[in-house]
Parts: sequence; C-alpha cells; structure tokens
Amino acid sequence: MKRKRKLGQDNLWGYLMIAPTIIGLIILNVYPFIDTIILSFCKSGVFGGRTFAGLDNYIKMFGSSEFWQAAWNTVYFCILTVPVGVFLALIVAILLNAKIRGKVVFRAIFFLPMVVAPAAVAMVWKWMFNSEYGIINTVFHLDAGWTTDPNLVIPTVAIMAIWSAIGYDAVLLLSGIQNISKSYYEVASLDGCTKLQQFRYITLPMVSPTLFVVLIMRLMASLKVYDLIYMMIGEGNPALSKSQSLIYLFYRESFIKGDKGFASAIVIATVLLIGIFTAVQFIGQKKWVNYEV
Amino acid sequence: MKKKKTISTILLYAVLIIGSLIMIFPFIWMVLTAVKTNAEVLQVPPTILPEHWDFSSFTKVFDLLTFGHLYLNTGLMILFRVLCAVVFSSMAGYAFAKLNFKGKNILFTLVIVQQMIPGQIFIIPQYEMVAGLGLTDSIFSLVFPGLVSAFGTFFLRQAYMGIPDEIAETAYLDGCTRWQTFTKILFPLTKSSVAALTVFTAVFSYADLMWPLVANTNINSTTLSAGLSTLNSLSSTNYPVLMAGSLFAMLPMVILYLIFQKQFIEGVAMTGGK
Repeated sequence: MKRKRKLGQDNLWGYLMIAPTIIGLIILNVYPFIDTIILSFCKSGVFGGRTFAGLDNYIKMFGSSEFWQAAWNTVYFCILTVPVGVFLALIVAILLNAKIRGKVVFRAIFFLPMVVAPAAVAMVWKWMFNSEYGIINTVFHLDAGWTTDPNLVIPTVAIMAIWSAIGYDAVLLLSGIQNISKSYYEVASLDGCTKLQQFRYITLPMVSPTLFVVLIMRLMASLKVYDLIYMMIGEGNPALSKSQSLIYLFYRESFIKGDKGFASAIVIATVLLIGIFTAVQFIGQKKWVNYEV
Repeated sequence: MKKKKTISTILLYAVLIIGSLIMIFPFIWMVLTAVKTNAEVLQVPPTILPEHWDFSSFTKVFDLLTFGHLYLNTGLMILFRVLCAVVFSSMAGYAFAKLNFKGKNILFTLVIVQQMIPGQIFIIPQYEMVAGLGLTDSIFSLVFPGLVSAFGTFFLRQAYMGIPDEIAETAYLDGCTRWQTFTKILFPLTKSSVAALTVFTAVFSYADLMWPLVANTNINSTTLSAGLSTLNSLSSTNYPVLMAGSLFAMLPMVILYLIFQKQFIEGVAMTGGK
C-alpha cells in the first residue's frame, strides 16, 4: 500500500518525461492522420486552398484504371518477392547456422545491401539490367527489355528487392534459430533422426514465430514499395503504368501532379489494404505458428 | 558416413560461396564500371576489367552534384534524428516502463497504434506544415518527421521493463530524484538497446528517399539518396558517372558498417520485426 502511494506521486515526472514524445506524435502523426482523411474528401487547389468535394476523390479512384493497375502491380510484386525472398532467407539462415569457418564474413556479405541506400542499389541493378549493354543480357545471351518491357519490369524489381532484403531477413531468422536449445537436436540425433527430419520437426516449428514476424514485416514493406521502382522507372518510361506501385502513384499524384485530395484517397486505400493483408496473416498464423516452447 | 559428411560440407560451402558472389557482384560491377570510359562501357562484347583505367567519372560526378553539401546534409539529418530518437524515446520509454501516472495506458496505446501505421499517410500534411513555416530546403525539414520516434519509445520501453524495479527503488531511497535515477542509474543499463536504436534510425534515415525528394527539392539542401535520384535524371546514360555517384553515396555507410559490423547486425536482430 505504501509503495503504491509512492508510485502514485510520479504524475509530474511521468508527464514531463513523455511530453516531448506525445506532443511530437500529436503534431507529426495524429494531426496529419486526421488531416489526410479530411483532405481525401476535398478538392485541393495548387496553392493549398481546399473545397469540400464529398466522395469525388474516392469515386474517381475506384473508376481509375491506373489505380487498379497500380494495386495489382503492388500485389503482384508482393506475390513475387515475399514467399521467394523469405524462403531464400531461411535457407541462408540455416546454412549460416551450420558449423562453418568464416561465418562472420558470410553473414556480413549477405547483410551488406541493407546498409546501402536503395537509390544506389537501384542504380547498379538498372545498369546490369540494361537491355543493350547490361551484363545480364550479355552473359546469358538474352535480348530482354528488363526495364522497359511492361511485362518484365515488376519481376526485375522483384529480383532487386529479394537481393536487397535477403540478408536482413536471414539475420532475423538466424537469431531465431540460435535461440533453439541444442538439447533438442542432441536427443533427436541419438534417436536416429536425419538432418532433414530434425529440420522438419525441430527447427521449423521452433522458428515459426520468428518466421511469422519476418513474413509480416516483409509483406508490409513490400506493399509500401516505392524507391526501387521510382529509381528504375522514371516519368515517361512506357512501362510506368504497368510497373508503378500504389505508393509511387500516390507520390506522383500528390507531389508531381499536385492533386493532393486524390492522392490522399489513394494513400488511405493503400493503408487499408496493408491493414487487411496483415489481419489475414494474423488470422492464418494460428494454423502454422507454434508458440509452445 | 564420413564421406557423406565431407560431401555435404563441400556442398554447404559451395552454396554459401555462390550466394556470396551473387550478393557482392553488383558492388564489384559498380566499381569496375566507374573506372572505365563511357565508350568502353558501351562496347560489344563488354570488357570485364577496364582496358585502361579512367578515373575522370569521379571528378565529373563532382561537377554534377555538390557532394560536400550532400554529405553534410545527410550526416546532420542522421545525427539529429538519432539524438532526438535516443533522448526523447529514452525519457518516454523510462516513464512508460517505470513510472505510474494517470492516463499511462491510453497514451501508450497512442504510441503503439502510430508505430503500426505506414508513414506515407502522414507525408502530405507534414510537408504542408514545413512549407507553411517556410522551412523547406533546410536541415530542420530533413529531421522533421524523425523528431520523435514511436518505434523508439516502444523499443526502449521494453529495455526499461527488463530492468528490475529494485534497482530504481534503491537509488530512489538513497536520495536520487526520479531524474537522477533515470540519467545516472537506469539509462546506462540500456546501452545495447540504445546502440540498436541508433543503428536502426541511422540506416533507415539514410535510406529514406521520398521525404527528402518532397521537402528539400534544392539539390544543395537534399540528401545523398535524393541526390542520386537527381543524378539519375541528369545523366541517365553515362553509366560510369552514375556508378561513381552511387559509390560516393554508399561509401560512408559502408565504411561505418565495416567498422561496426557487429553493432549493425546485432542492432538489426534486436530491432527486427519493425
């Protein structure tokens, strides 16, 4: 009881110490969140004036083939990157968990793209994927328009995205794998389990919570993809409409074309889409994620 | 049995080495392209090593972009964002974990909810605020969205939760004020989490592209990432120049990474899942 009274006296210190963060969050996030919602129901002038426009922006959005194409591009990008990327990251994590020499060096190399800005990453891949002089077409004797063929651009960006994220995801999965107690494996090998059986019945279930976190994180990041596509496919590229993601479309509508009301509707739709995808994952996890240790 | 083991070991190394080559090749190719002439780069068939080494792209890219400004802007943006994230999130993280005050739970819910919402939804009003203050094209505008960090607050709260209450209680009974308990006793105990938050904030601020493109359109007041996007449109066909620019842009972070490799990777493993 005494202790409780003493802790009850922390009001002043409590408020003082959270004040910068809470005030900051209200200015930087709560107000902008509400303002974006309001803006999505307005027609915005180039010079900042707004007039109420009801559902016009949403009607325009749902009727816009560019929006639906961008939504599909985003989902298609996720389908290509998330399963393959996380699967490859899991393999890298398992390999790095083996007793090998030079583990630190391998880990550092796989992780390297993470510390390089996506803008620089996109630059070198754009060059390697160049249809006329790029090393990839030359080495494999191809004639593919990686960055110009509307059907190829999303897969091209997906390859870049997987390459960029593999080390990051692998580091997370590796720390999950390393938390598994060695004794499980000792017992299993005494019982004559093969490595593959050990993986299937020990590693996979035990790492599934980490795997779930990585999947969610990768899915959310992929739904927000923007920088790699922006660097690769500029204004005027014929493949633009077939390759722009929702966030790229949002950027173009708000900051290039200046239609902030319409752009607000797009970004709200995108955030809702991310919310729905995340919720589906959280519901689906019960079937495969194992929380009993 | 022994033979089988050797084969699987060889296979393991083979896969890892091939994987590493795929990871590192783009960087090698970046360097090799940057030291060739533009004419040699466009040769068919292409050369692997340069026929004659040409470093003029590195000076050319300096004429196109003012790298001095870009380094300074990026460095200051990262410095201030890290300082803000560490100081404000430590204070709030401590308060949420160790102090009892009215409305704590509802205020912490605000932190959690914000942390889950994608940042792009805030960007138009954030831009309008900065523009309304007439502060676009400044260091302030670069730092602005990172003045406080909901993720940092959430993350450091975990760190303070992990410290036993007795430590704080003892210091308090020994005559420390709440503030002294926090700065002298508890804050030093969260060192590894603060390091992780520093790495996380630095890497993501450095990678961010949309905000600097929007807020700081002047080429001298923007960041390395946004500068590269300008370079991309200025000289989109001169690949040695583009590669030289990319090398300059990635160099500082790569050097930091090579020195603090352990902290980088541990930091990511700790903050992971964001």
